[in-house]
Amino acid sequence: MIEVQSLDFTYPNGKKVFQGVDLQIEEGEYIAIMGENGAGKTTLVKHFNGLLRPTSGDVIIDGINTKESSVASLSKKVGLVFQNPEHQLFCETVKEEILFSLRNFGFSDRVANKQKDKVLEILSLTRYEDVSPFTLSGGEKKRLALASILAWDPKYVVLDEPTIGQDNDQKIKLGNFIKQLVAQDKTVIIVTHDVEFVADTKPKIILFSKGEIVAQDKCVNILTDKKLLHKTSLLMPQIGELMLSFPNLKTKEKIIDVFTARSFLRKELKK
Amino acid sequence: MKIFDGFKFTKIDSPIHRLDPRAKLFMLLTIFSLSILFMNLLVLTALFLLQLPMVVIAKSTRRWISSMRGGIFLAGLIFFANSLTGQTLTFSLTMMIRFLVLISSFSFFFMTTSPDDLGLALEQMRIPYSLCFTFTTAVRLVPTMAIEAQTIMDAQRARGLELDKGNLLKRIRNYIPILIPLIVLAIKRSIELAEALESRAFNTSGKRQSYIVLKLNSLDFIVISLAMLFLILGVYAYLNLSIPSLETNFRLADLLPW
Repeated sequence: MIEVQSLDFTYPNGKKVFQGVDLQIEEGEYIAIMGENGAGKTTLVKHFNGLLRPTSGDVIIDGINTKESSVASLSKKVGLVFQNPEHQLFCETVKEEILFSLRNFGFSDRVANKQKDKVLEILSLTRYEDVSPFTLSGGEKKRLALASILAWDPKYVVLDEPTIGQDNDQKIKLGNFIKQLVAQDKTVIIVTHDVEFVADTKPKIILFSKGEIVAQDKCVNILTDKKLLHKTSLLMPQIGELMLSFPNLKTKEKIIDVFTARSFLRKELKK
Repeated sequence: MKIFDGFKFTKIDSPIHRLDPRAKLFMLLTIFSLSILFMNLLVLTALFLLQLPMVVIAKSTRRWISSMRGGIFLAGLIFFANSLTGQTLTFSLTMMIRFLVLISSFSFFFMTTSPDDLGLALEQMRIPYSLCFTFTTAVRLVPTMAIEAQTIMDAQRARGLELDKGNLLKRIRNYIPILIPLIVLAIKRSIELAEALESRAFNTSGKRQSYIVLKLNSLDFIVISLAMLFLILGVYAYLNLSIPSLETNFRLADLLPW
């Protein structure tokens, strides 16, 4: 479990980000952290693996206070995939890129190679194994960055803006992949502005504005709350907007994704 | 990455900040030339200490200290590299102090001179505009690269890289995963910048004019004259006077078992 207790954080240049943030993320949850630019989303997730330490308050990962542990040992539990894959690629081959982190964490060559083959296959990168990472497309680089984190099988997977620069097919694959991870009891946390992706994959949303949590709830409740969305500079998903414009259509729950809307409308039309 | 803070311009109301960039450039070139000319520990130490009052007048002590703190690691590296390759203790110290003089003077110059003023000064010195632009753009990109370097460090630490682990050689090698992405991104950015400039018809017009024209005032003339006097005296002393030195034959390498 990730526990954030009375978190205050101020950057060394004096920029205050958080004041008294409290938060709990249970094991096996799928969470989307959303909010306007500069709301503190990335700053928050950098606390989960100790890259940033609280100015005051505590961040506790499975009972371990991040103040008392190194980034390397916390990263073994919390795999953080950065927004721009170009910030981490440096090896001559895709294979080496994945083995880099496994060697850092002290895996034996045999286990490291096994893990490497596994993640390359899962993320459809096997054919690029001996290719330079710099020759890959943007989407492939993003997948490689994800593969290099998943290789050591962290319990918590944090993805910072995973859908930026991904085409529709890749987004669908990513959504399915996240569902698989959650099914394997991993805790997946995404930081995103992509309301359509969130509407399709339905995580629990933690909504930030100006360094404060303004709401945390099921995504359908948050993504249909115009006031909250306006406050955090987010847009309602298009399907949600469309369905809300027909108040006569009585649905059990508000609809925000195309699949649910389609099956609902089919039933209605049959009637 | 605090070392880069010491190379970033911040607008402060101080006599040094108000100086004409050409006067500060001349001052910088004087210190630079003398530090390259002399291989004498006493002279280089004096050159280093001479900058301290100017840093205080410029109200930039804290940022200067942070850039020096960042530079001390590299200075230490220079000291050890020289010592381990059999140089005398005096020589190693001299090389280290020379490096600190250079870091300090350049940091002082960039902390107190805005890139815009610097570009304008270079233009008024009749340096081709494309060169002035390249130089000022490079200066402006330093803080951006510092932020980028920090993000890369975070990304690699999140993959288990421990920068402070191992002996000196290992620690240096630990920086390869930081340097390669940083260089790749810098090259990419420069190509994108060049394309953006060309698509906006950069440097196709004739003679450029500027709304602001820099003028040297009396304080600038005093600073330039003092710097010139200092340079002439330095060159004269180098050629004609015997300056006491602290030369010893003691070598740290002699203490090593191999």
